Amino acid sequence: MDEKELMNQITELRELLRIKEAQLVALRREKQILQDYGLSNGEILRYSRQIFLPEIGIKGQIKLKNSSILIVGAGGLGCPAALYLASAGAGQIGIIDYDDVEINNLHRQLLYAETHIGTPKANAAAENLNRLNSDVNVIPYKIQLDSSNALNIIKSYDVVIDATDNVATRYLLNDACVLSNKPLVSGSALKFEGHLSVFNYNGPCYRCIFPKPPPPETVTNCGDGGVFGPAVGTIGVLQALEALKIVLDLPHVLSGQLLLFDGLETKFRKINLRGKNRNCAICGEHPTLYKLIDYEQFCGAKANDKEPKLNLLKNEERISVEEYNTTLKLGTEAHLLIDVRSTEEFDICHLKNSVNIPLRDIDNNEKVTLIRNRIQEIQKQHNDANLYVICRRGNDSQKAVKNLQETLKGSNIEIKDVIGGIHAWSKKIDCTFPVY
Amino acid sequence: MSIESNGISVIIELGGGAELLFDKRKKHSVNLPGNDWTIQKLLFWMKDNLLKERPELFMQDDTVRPGILVLVNDTDWELLGEGNYKINSGDTIMFISTLHGG
Ligand SMILES: [Zn+2]
Repeated sequence: MDEKELMNQITELRELLRIKEAQLVALRREKQILQDYGLSNGEILRYSRQIFLPEIGIKGQIKLKNSSILIVGAGGLGCPAALYLASAGAGQIGIIDYDDVEINNLHRQLLYAETHIGTPKANAAAENLNRLNSDVNVIPYKIQLDSSNALNIIKSYDVVIDATDNVATRYLLNDACVLSNKPLVSGSALKFEGHLSVFNYNGPCYRCIFPKPPPPETVTNCGDGGVFGPAVGTIGVLQALEALKIVLDLPHVLSGQLLLFDGLETKFRKINLRGKNRNCAICGEHPTLYKLIDYEQFCGAKANDKEPKLNLLKNEERISVEEYNTTLKLGTEAHLLIDVRSTEEFDICHLKNSVNIPLRDIDNNEKVTLIRNRIQEIQKQHNDANLYVICRRGNDSQKAVKNLQETLKGSNIEIKDVIGGIHAWSKKIDCTFPVY
Repeated sequence: MSIESNGISVIIELGGGAELLFDKRKKHSVNLPGNDWTIQKLLFWMKDNLLKERPELFMQDDTVRPGILVLVNDTDWELLGEGNYKINSGDTIMFISTLHGG
């Protein structure tokens, strides 16, 4: 039996299992005894350990049952947030995510298993959450949230959780929450750090604090910067905490404050933010925004965390992996190959003849001297010397070429980038190279 | 000359990736000459003395670039007069670059 046939059989069995499980849930639900305040005996037992808390009680549990919470982004923040909300007995949870599950998500996105790879995140999350708690009405939205659909979705929810991975969607969500009068529980994370705050809840909105978006070149995403599961997970769990406190009407919601978490030093720090800005464009006394705008244009960046394909160089300033491979094999062309990925990435895999100079160090005097010296050595032996630059996918290598053209101006050497980088090398030349 | 002309000592903290521009160090204890320091003045001092690369990723138009929060002793500088805040010896001044990943 081949892999594909086996996978098809497993899919069929899963579907059958899902149907049977739903039947069982329905059957058991019919037998439930309902108390006149609206909770079943099964629910009372299930949530008893939190009903005992004076801050919650039967009243609080009913509030949770009647609540609806929207999670935007089912990634490293959204997964743990969703798990805690579903476990606590939130009545309705909406999950918006446009992406499919990828294997590089699994180290931090705990709702997904290996079997979900390639399937829509929203659906996989809904399936998993319903297996965890069949009482919860989970609504998956496999869509890209944008100005045309945001208000219509948000209006059905009490609280919105911003668990997104990009600046444009953060501004979109803020404005949509202000216009719909919904609290926004905002979390973000990168590497070992995380930030948490609640906006538009008796306090400032995201725009009050950040009226102008950051320049796109200053924004790092998880795909490039890396992220540690427990660090982003900590923030996701705290987002669930704040959302539940809002539903339960508990005091001390993190409004007008920002919690900073540094996982490397295991340090939390709570800072006091400015209050509501009277001149805020969306929530101020005389707002200039009455409806949602084009947020990709406003931020100068796409509403996802995927890297765009850059095209900075002319054709003659680039070389394909096939051409480069031929050059290597023939060994006729004297050259230096610079790999501009991070040291960590270089350690994953690299071409044997390459020299690692991370892009951020390419301006560094020491590194420039190193490049000049290496080029001179080659020129001494061969008269001629070319300089090639490689990276992961072929974007940073173009930036590096641009940079080196300036630094090495007048030195009369050809500088080219290897199109498509290590990914292309793995795909077309040497499939033993890992793709990441 | 008064005793105060010896200068003031402050702690500068960086986070959210802003530390990458400052020798990858999250904490800098510095002594500033004289006693007449505002945050505005400190920004330029940092640019000249601490910043290791790409000043445009830290400052724009004589202030911090959009997306960096400035905090004095854990309070948003906007509540304290922003650049005009007069720095006291012992203050902790923090520059946090906002995170957007998730
Ligand atoms: Zn506002």
